[in-house]
Amino acid sequence: MLKYMVRRLVMLVGIVFVISVGSFYLIHLLPGDPATVILGTGASPANRAILYKQLGLNKPIIEQYFIWIGNVLHGNLGTSFISQTSVASTIRTAFPIDLELIILSQVLAFAAAIPLAMRSARKPNGFLDRVLSAGSFTLLSIPPFIIIVLLVLFISIKLGVNNTGPSSFVPFTSDWVINLESLSLPAFTLAIASFVVYFRILRSDMIATLQEEFITMARSKGLSRRRIMWRHAFRPSSVALLGTAGVNIGGLLAGSFVVQYLLGIPGLGYTLIAGIASSDYLLVQGIVLVVSVGVVLINFFFDFIISLVDPRISRE
Amino acid sequence: MSDVIDEPTVLTPLRGKRLGPLFWVCVGWLALNVLAAILANFLPLIDPLFQNYNVINAGPSLHHLLGTDDLGRDILSRIVFGSRVSLAVGSGAMLIGFGVGMPLGMLAAYRRGRFDSILTAVMYVLLAFPAIIAVIAVISFWTPRTLLKIIIVIGLASVPLVYRVIRGATLAVATKDYVIAAQVQGCTDRRILFRELLPNIAPIAVSFLLIGVATVVTLEGALAFLGLSVNPPTPSWGNMINESRTVMAQNPWLVIFPSLALCLFLLCLNFIGDRLRSYFDVTEVKL
Repeated sequence: MLKYMVRRLVMLVGIVFVISVGSFYLIHLLPGDPATVILGTGASPANRAILYKQLGLNKPIIEQYFIWIGNVLHGNLGTSFISQTSVASTIRTAFPIDLELIILSQVLAFAAAIPLAMRSARKPNGFLDRVLSAGSFTLLSIPPFIIIVLLVLFISIKLGVNNTGPSSFVPFTSDWVINLESLSLPAFTLAIASFVVYFRILRSDMIATLQEEFITMARSKGLSRRRIMWRHAFRPSSVALLGTAGVNIGGLLAGSFVVQYLLGIPGLGYTLIAGIASSDYLLVQGIVLVVSVGVVLINFFFDFIISLVDPRISRE
Repeated sequence: MSDVIDEPTVLTPLRGKRLGPLFWVCVGWLALNVLAAILANFLPLIDPLFQNYNVINAGPSLHHLLGTDDLGRDILSRIVFGSRVSLAVGSGAMLIGFGVGMPLGMLAAYRRGRFDSILTAVMYVLLAFPAIIAVIAVISFWTPRTLLKIIIVIGLASVPLVYRVIRGATLAVATKDYVIAAQVQGCTDRRILFRELLPNIAPIAVSFLLIGVATVVTLEGALAFLGLSVNPPTPSWGNMINESRTVMAQNPWLVIFPSLALCLFLLCLNFIGDRLRSYFDVTEVKL
């Protein structure tokens, strides 16, 4: 167990290093002079000289990396050229919104997916199972950006429900009721996308588990159905679900920008897209770094939970 | 994560298993989409960029079967021409992804040894990097944005995924008796790769390819939705949905029709991929 976690940790450090190099060299991977990419083609030579000095662009590239990573490790991601604010503080204000969205959507998705999948798996090909399987397959083919647009169209525009439309977001600390109302549609959209995946995976794993001999054994001992389902079948069936949840939650951190963009919710995704639109290079670099590291950490965390749920995995 | 994923296995199709009529309906719809996209110039369609200010935001009618948008452009024609972008990105990116990832994956699984372990380690590190962020970051700063660049970036981002699936599929057959028999007979590596291994991993490759195209088309839609795909006025399904947001209250058709086109297209791809997979009884490998 300890050996397994240490091995994973070493891999984690390696991946984080690669990510930091990737985000740092992002600007050098692109064709053209970095100053032109940041300032545009019409910049005056004086401004270019200032930028060169600020980013240390005239030093050797390896040295530039070490200066940059030193700053990053001290929590300094630079100051945006566009808004003149610190990138780290921008990220700190945006991140709690993503966290809230992720928690809301995941609670909804798991609350729906787990009971429904267990129910479905009890009678494969029964009526409920067929309806849910067909329904989840159809939902799988509807991208989140279409779901959110249709929800906004029907609920906020046609039905005129208050505080659900674009730019109705207020921070949790100023009015939590309106805050929850404004996050309801995006959270619901993300929950649908997660639900579909979780339901399909847990259902097929449950069906496989219920055919195992230890389930027959438990049945013949006369245990109640509820005890068999939750105590005996659920745990071995949840490994793939947890793995997928890790990937999926990481994906939400990186991929919820679509719903944020449509509704003007100022989370990391929205800030990223806004940064791209205004060519705010340092902001984009900072968010790419933070989100990528976040995704890797989430996956690491779920790997850890999986090894608790199924200790055999860490022993191979 | 890697420890939890089953390596795929290949079985021959069971006798008596059928693909079902719905499968062929989906194939037909996809074929119709592809044909319409290729022949769009020869079809009796109104120019997708032609702005007719006499009919703005009109609902479906005989003259404009799916209505017109806020600039009086014909929606049907824009959907047909817009499908070209989705199809080009979907097939182009997967051509790159499979073109690079498939030979590497097959070679790595067949040769094993140091080549395999180094390549696999590199690919797993790349897989840990959130591809969508990298794609957005590169596309947004690699100006001017063109369709070809979008295809290249998404295609390269898909290489590690393709590699993982193909390598896993090849590993499952590379130690089968008939492969060893071919080696003993003195077949060249190239013959074994093409004549023994390739036909046996083809079912997995094809169903993964279809689901890959669906994923890439969704990604392009999301990029277009953010204004990061082809520049307007060139229509694409994603940027049609994006442009319609501002006039959604007056003209809901403008949102609904391109969304429907995109969803039907994805549904067909997913359904065909899923059916083929269960037809060949391939254990699921998550994309």
